[in-house]
Amino acid sequence: MTEGGIVISYTLWNVLAGSTILGVTGGVLGCFTLLRRQSLLGDALAHAALPGVCVAFLLTGSKSPLPLLLGALAAGVAGSLLILSIVRWSRVKEDSAIGIILSVFFGLGIVLLTRIQQLPGGNQSGLDKFLFGQAASLVASDLAVMGTLSLAVLAAVVLLFKEWKLLAFDRTFGASLGYPMRGLEIGLTCLLVVVVVVGLQTVGVVLMVATLVTPAAAARQWTDRLSVMTVLSGAIGGISGASGAIASGLVSHLPTGPTIVLVASAMLVVSLLFAPNRGLLWAALRERRFTARIRRENLLKDVYLFGERGGGRFEFVSRPALMGERGLGGAEIERHSLPLLRAGLLERFGDALRLTPAGLVEAERLVRKHRLWEVYLTRRLELPPDHVHRDAEAMEHALSEAAVDDLDEMLGFPEVDPHGRRIPRREKAET
Amino acid sequence: MNPTHAAEQPARETPGPAIEPTEAPPALEVHDLTVAYRTQPVLWDVDVALPAGRLTAVVGPNGAGKSTLLKAVLGLVKPTTGWVKVFGAPYAEKRSWVGYVPQRESVDWDFPTSALDVVTMGLYGQVGWFRRPSRTHVATALECLDKLGIKDLAGRQISQLSGGQQQRVFLARALAQDARLYLMDEPFAGVDATTERAIFALLKELRREGRTVVAVHHDLPTVPEYFDSVVLLNMRLVASGPVATTFTQENLQQTYGGRLTTLSQAAEALLHRRPVDKK
Repeated sequence: MTEGGIVISYTLWNVLAGSTILGVTGGVLGCFTLLRRQSLLGDALAHAALPGVCVAFLLTGSKSPLPLLLGALAAGVAGSLLILSIVRWSRVKEDSAIGIILSVFFGLGIVLLTRIQQLPGGNQSGLDKFLFGQAASLVASDLAVMGTLSLAVLAAVVLLFKEWKLLAFDRTFGASLGYPMRGLEIGLTCLLVVVVVVGLQTVGVVLMVATLVTPAAAARQWTDRLSVMTVLSGAIGGISGASGAIASGLVSHLPTGPTIVLVASAMLVVSLLFAPNRGLLWAALRERRFTARIRRENLLKDVYLFGERGGGRFEFVSRPALMGERGLGGAEIERHSLPLLRAGLLERFGDALRLTPAGLVEAERLVRKHRLWEVYLTRRLELPPDHVHRDAEAMEHALSEAAVDDLDEMLGFPEVDPHGRRIPRREKAET
Repeated sequence: MNPTHAAEQPARETPGPAIEPTEAPPALEVHDLTVAYRTQPVLWDVDVALPAGRLTAVVGPNGAGKSTLLKAVLGLVKPTTGWVKVFGAPYAEKRSWVGYVPQRESVDWDFPTSALDVVTMGLYGQVGWFRRPSRTHVATALECLDKLGIKDLAGRQISQLSGGQQQRVFLARALAQDARLYLMDEPFAGVDATTERAIFALLKELRREGRTVVAVHHDLPTVPEYFDSVVLLNMRLVASGPVATTFTQENLQQTYGGRLTTLSQAAEALLHRRPVDKK
């Protein structure tokens, strides 16, 4: 990379700049596409750009970027207007209308492309790069057009951020405030077409939608604020654009556009799995912790119930007796008891377990919730006593202390549950 | 909140018995309103005049056109015939006087935004094009959340709110609009007891300030407790007036009973006769 280094880096620079511009712009605008659930529309508009490019070439005979991009813009606008009219004037639903326009326009584009390639003369070669993109063919004048369009899009998002947020969240309310929602919607759709045009040469019409939706979906995982999401999505788009460009520059025969899409998708997968709160891993962890807590609480309660039946509150209960209670194995009892032993709520002698004073307080807290809920179900919902246990089994782990105090008061501090067993009082439990 | 409103519209001790047509135009006047989705009529020849400063319930069975009535007032659906006036003028001229609370299910609550941010949207009309809400706007929004008793939830993502809290966020947003006429689409639907009390308190407060509320309401037993007047609607207007005289067994029967037979037949007949009928 010494002799050809300058040439390569010049191309790479163009590719890098083009891909990053596209990534940032697509990511930012894609947030609104995603939140308005119009990803499919974005896809249709991208595909619709192809015949526009072909017609522009046939009319002007030139491959300079501006006329081709204008053609794409015109076709995209025509496509979106057609979709709107189909929905408005026929009984065809929106998703079908989008599907129809997508395939019709794309089919037309392919037909035109094939015809053009059979024309005499060598000028027509290279139009097929708009299918999957060919970032290496980007030159400075392309970048100037892309950069200008992107700046326009970003400026519009900054200016109309509040209005488009309103459109995406609550269109009806926005209209009631007097904002022209229809106009805002048309404006947003036009910008979508502009972004498609920006991405034509880099990723092409087929994969274009990925640069809109993927970064936005990834960004949504990490934040609950639209402003942060928009910036983050732009950043994710930009990073995938840049790294896709670099990767395809370093490894031969690696197409830029698809590589960008793959990088963005990888970032989406990471976000879906690992983002706090919304990530799948996080959810699984929460679920696991909750299950573990339920098991711990159940074991503690079982030990308590043995003591209650036998008379001795701090009596040792043997492991086989506990195994019989919920059909658990000895190893499971062992496993569930470990955190309780560590927390000082249970004591062990051999394989037998008993409550500590602190464990008794905790167990009575649970039993109180269970039995109060049973009273509530039988009294208020008039369920028969033999139908309430299962429900109470779940509620004892879910009710908050404040809620159970309210419940107690509402029920008039009952002494016994529907099965005639004593409801532990809070005061007693504390002394 | 806005002192000029109170000055122009003195609060009433008790709802007045009749409309005063000359001095004060009705808060809401709907004349000969017909709305159809495609060829299906939803509202038929509805005439309503609601005096200012009262709480009015719009009551009727499912599909009676209650939400459509509100949307027609707001210009969100185009009427086939008829007109709407707000405080004696076309809605377009009095837009800032009208606040709207859509049905809670009408939006995606997983949207990346906070309770405070949603309430701030009520001020977007004042904020104006291209601008961001100022610190004063945000402070006002916070005040409105406080009035609904959920100030401490201001920063919370809206999907983390209970249904009742979400409804209160919507009401706080309407409050932020500082309107004279509030159109609410089922504010009491599916809320908890605390929220119901909070909404009722809010309605009374709005009436005390001389504001007018028109709310689609489903829970018939609470109509006399919560509202002063009632509009009984089943595609056509069945009756409209003070709760005491209008919310009668007979009128309810007419509104809810046999709607698929009598009323729709009548409407059907009217539909065919209409060109002749309209002198």
